[in-house]
Amino acid sequence: MIAEPLINHRFIANFAKYRYLLSELVKRDIKIKYRRSVLGIFWSFLQPLFTMIILTIVFSQLFKSNIENYPVYLLTGKLVFDYYSAGTRAAMGSILSNASMIKKVYIPKYMYSLGVIFSNMVTFLMSLLVLFLVMIATQATFTMFILTALIPIVLLLIFTIGIGLILATLTVFFRDIEHLYGVFVTMLLYATPIMYPAEIVPESFRFIQTLNPLYAIITLFRDSFLYGTFFDMGTLLFATASSLIALALGIGLFYKYQDKFILYI
Amino acid sequence: MGETVIKVENVGMEFNLSQEKTDNLKEYVIKLIKRELMYQSFWALQNISFEVEKGDKVGILGLNGAGKSTLLKLISGVMKPTEGTITLKGMISPLLELGAGFDHNYTGRENIYLNGAMLGYPKEFIESKFDEIVEFAEIGDFIDVPLKNYSSGMIARLGFSIATVVEPKILILDEVLSVGDAKFREKSEQRMKSLLNKDVTVLFVSHSLDQVRNLCNKALWLEKGKLVMQGSVEEVSASYEESIHQAK
Repeated sequence: MIAEPLINHRFIANFAKYRYLLSELVKRDIKIKYRRSVLGIFWSFLQPLFTMIILTIVFSQLFKSNIENYPVYLLTGKLVFDYYSAGTRAAMGSILSNASMIKKVYIPKYMYSLGVIFSNMVTFLMSLLVLFLVMIATQATFTMFILTALIPIVLLLIFTIGIGLILATLTVFFRDIEHLYGVFVTMLLYATPIMYPAEIVPESFRFIQTLNPLYAIITLFRDSFLYGTFFDMGTLLFATASSLIALALGIGLFYKYQDKFILYI
Repeated sequence: MGETVIKVENVGMEFNLSQEKTDNLKEYVIKLIKRELMYQSFWALQNISFEVEKGDKVGILGLNGAGKSTLLKLISGVMKPTEGTITLKGMISPLLELGAGFDHNYTGRENIYLNGAMLGYPKEFIESKFDEIVEFAEIGDFIDVPLKNYSSGMIARLGFSIATVVEPKILILDEVLSVGDAKFREKSEQRMKSLLNKDVTVLFVSHSLDQVRNLCNKALWLEKGKLVMQGSVEEVSASYEESIHQAK
């Protein structure tokens, strides 16, 4: 094997070499998360289910006339949002929490960030089972459009990797980003129509929704599961473009500063 | 002579030794406004150039703080040099710290796979060497016990066993020969010797001159980040010893 790319961070050769490490990191993250809990992996089903039940009890009366199947409406939004929130937060801490390893062993550093983003993806995909169960329980109609959900899921992954890499880089240099971002995520949760219908927001504030890439992804996701229609082209285009831009920014920033990480961790 | 496997050219490594570490946004902005962002630079290594040929065993001598570990970190790729270039040929196995990649909530078995993956071994390779690793580390029944219940000696033995199961082209050793109890030390030194007899290239850092003389054929002498001398192990270690005695 040639060690030159090892130093030059040549992406392809390196990725092939450490592909197995990535799967090990994903496995570790999932295993450790549930190791000491009795119900283990079932928590990734129970957690969204309970949240959905609570929020449905609280809000469904409120929005009864606007939303026909509130549990599914809520769950589609909440699952996507929770994945984004958990994935980006985990990625944000991924460099710092592996500091001791980064100082001692050479591994492409993005592996740590990708590892947690992928492991959260695994739990996200499992929690889709809850969505199916709730859809059956609420007698929602299943259409062929459910298959198109793959597109928003891939976009969500790309978007989360992009934002995750940006946050991981910034957090190495500025630790308080972690707290700031916590506030931002809460704000985002309420700014995105997840628990409430989009229409209740006054016209003059609708731009918050149209400019929100995460809401675009949620809309696509709802088109597949809830409404059983094909995507609105404008929304699809916006979601794709913003995911790719986030990814490009993330990779660019991470690669530019990764050699300095070791001096700050 | 053989081909060059490690080529270090004009390498320098600069660290920022600001008195207070600015690692949060608030302080950064305040200091930026007050123009107090101070950068006090410190060169851990400067103008280092040398070449290592295939099969060479190079001892790196120097007092604490001479830049030995920094040099090894640069060669293993953990850090990137501020200036200069390092060129490597061949797979490198850095033994900077044994068990660095271990997860203490993980069992011995799981850690073998994880740590092996971190060293860049493919899965099939780890599977085929699994029994050998376990046997050499003398872990026995503890293999399915989380690492946090291991003794420190067991962890070190496992780390050593995983790291030396490959036959790397370039081996980097940072004082790792003193692992475990007397019995295991003997075993590990034997494995080391058998690795050394093959044509691996070794970079070796130790404070023990005897060990360096025993294992190496060439030596580098670093002092305060500068390369003072390089050459055969006899010459360099003799002058190094002399300078230490003079300083006393």
